Amino acid sequence: MAQGNNSIKKILTVAFSLCIVCSIIVSTAAVGLKARQERNQELDRKSNILAVADLYEPGMDVGKEFSQAVTAKVVDLDTGEYTDEVDPETYDGFQAAKDPAQSRTLSGEKDIAGLGRQEQFSTIYLVGDENNPEQIVLPIRGQGLWGLMRGYLSVQGDGNTIGGITFYSHAETPGLGGEVDNPRWKAQWEGKEIYASSDTMEPAIQLVKGGASESTEVDALSGASLTSRGVTKLVQFWLSEEGFGHYLARFRDGVDSQASADASPSDDSEGA
Amino acid sequence: MSAPTPKGVILTPIFKNNPIALQILGICSALAVTSSLSVSLVMSLAVIFVTAFSSMFVSLIRNHIPSSIRIIVQMTIIASLVIVVDQILKAFAYEMSKQLSVFVGLIITNCIVMGRAEGFAMTNTPTLSFLDGVGNGLGYGFILMTVGFFRELFGSGSLFGVTILETVQNGGWYVPNGLLLLPPSAFFIIGLIIWVLRSLNPEQVEDNEFVMKENTQPKEAV
Repeated sequence: MAQGNNSIKKILTVAFSLCIVCSIIVSTAAVGLKARQERNQELDRKSNILAVADLYEPGMDVGKEFSQAVTAKVVDLDTGEYTDEVDPETYDGFQAAKDPAQSRTLSGEKDIAGLGRQEQFSTIYLVGDENNPEQIVLPIRGQGLWGLMRGYLSVQGDGNTIGGITFYSHAETPGLGGEVDNPRWKAQWEGKEIYASSDTMEPAIQLVKGGASESTEVDALSGASLTSRGVTKLVQFWLSEEGFGHYLARFRDGVDSQASADASPSDDSEGA
Repeated sequence: MSAPTPKGVILTPIFKNNPIALQILGICSALAVTSSLSVSLVMSLAVIFVTAFSSMFVSLIRNHIPSSIRIIVQMTIIASLVIVVDQILKAFAYEMSKQLSVFVGLIITNCIVMGRAEGFAMTNTPTLSFLDGVGNGLGYGFILMTVGFFRELFGSGSLFGVTILETVQNGGWYVPNGLLLLPPSAFFIIGLIIWVLRSLNPEQVEDNEFVMKENTQPKEAV
């Protein structure tokens, strides 16, 4: 090594110029590829929504199909009404759940999905005619065994029959809980019913061990009791009146909006 | 040791002086990313890229690096390259980058990259250092692909995602070995690879450095 490399001046020069060169390279890569990365994330989200609505085929033009078939709407979870307060294109329910102004704390017994906080508005996706949709795609999330599981649940236009389920991010054990990704397991959700009767907002849908017999039962994942319990809890949470219960009631017969309006104040007092 | 030749620096790290099997470096990521072959392949390519170019850049400026800050200079170069690789993967292979998640970032801490920069690139020419990086990346990749082959074949019944053994979950006959889907199983496979390599090249077997003293009298044990 050359003499004089260890003078303070040399050290500072080398360190400084190296930092400049490296930061230029890194920021060029980050800025130059940002648009492409965001497009990828967007496409990934859209293909998950299309997949749960059973519209996805490999190799299709996801962006085009999505804009043709799907309408995004923002729902106020307290009332089940659409809201114009936020823009569905830019609103991020996941971020909103962290913001105290746009979310609420869930008390222990209500927080069956282990979320801690829940946003007030949630973006849902309507497939087909937006006044009389064929399918309603709802974002769902909750704790599995190892971490948060995030996915979409598709409900058919009657507000009671399930069209499909998918998880786009989870950390369950490969081969056991990780089988929530298995297409054969997901396929049995189709046609299952959420509510046992038409005048309740308590979801009956659940995962059961040893073979599902009822129309509200789905086979649990073998060897993954805790993941199965997590899936039951998160699905039940998001379909209850804490989640999309009020919203789905609009599509169901028998549960009128009056009943849902009565239910929420009494519930709030219990929670307090 | 004789002067390094271009052919030598590429080929020796694959079998004779494998970074994982002989130097036992980079084990951590070898456990984490080998549950499927396609992920192993992308990880191997990323490590080859980073090792080759970091060695080359370190070697280019080796005569100007003050010895007191040489480690941090090497780390800065390595870290920058890793971030670039991570950004490229996110832009062009999004699915893959989701599966690799944090492990691309952790190439920074892969001892192989740092080891080659400090051990080889600081004293050799850029071209030779570049080839040395490629060679060590290939050695790492060779182990990753072998481990990935066994783990995916017997753990999920497929290779590169193509079903070879139809598993019971999908209505076939093969009961997959769940252990192979979990990271610790790679320990067994890497152990077996080391055994095979050392049986073929007995000179790789190290001398026993820690000879245990014979314990014949009871009072010595206390």
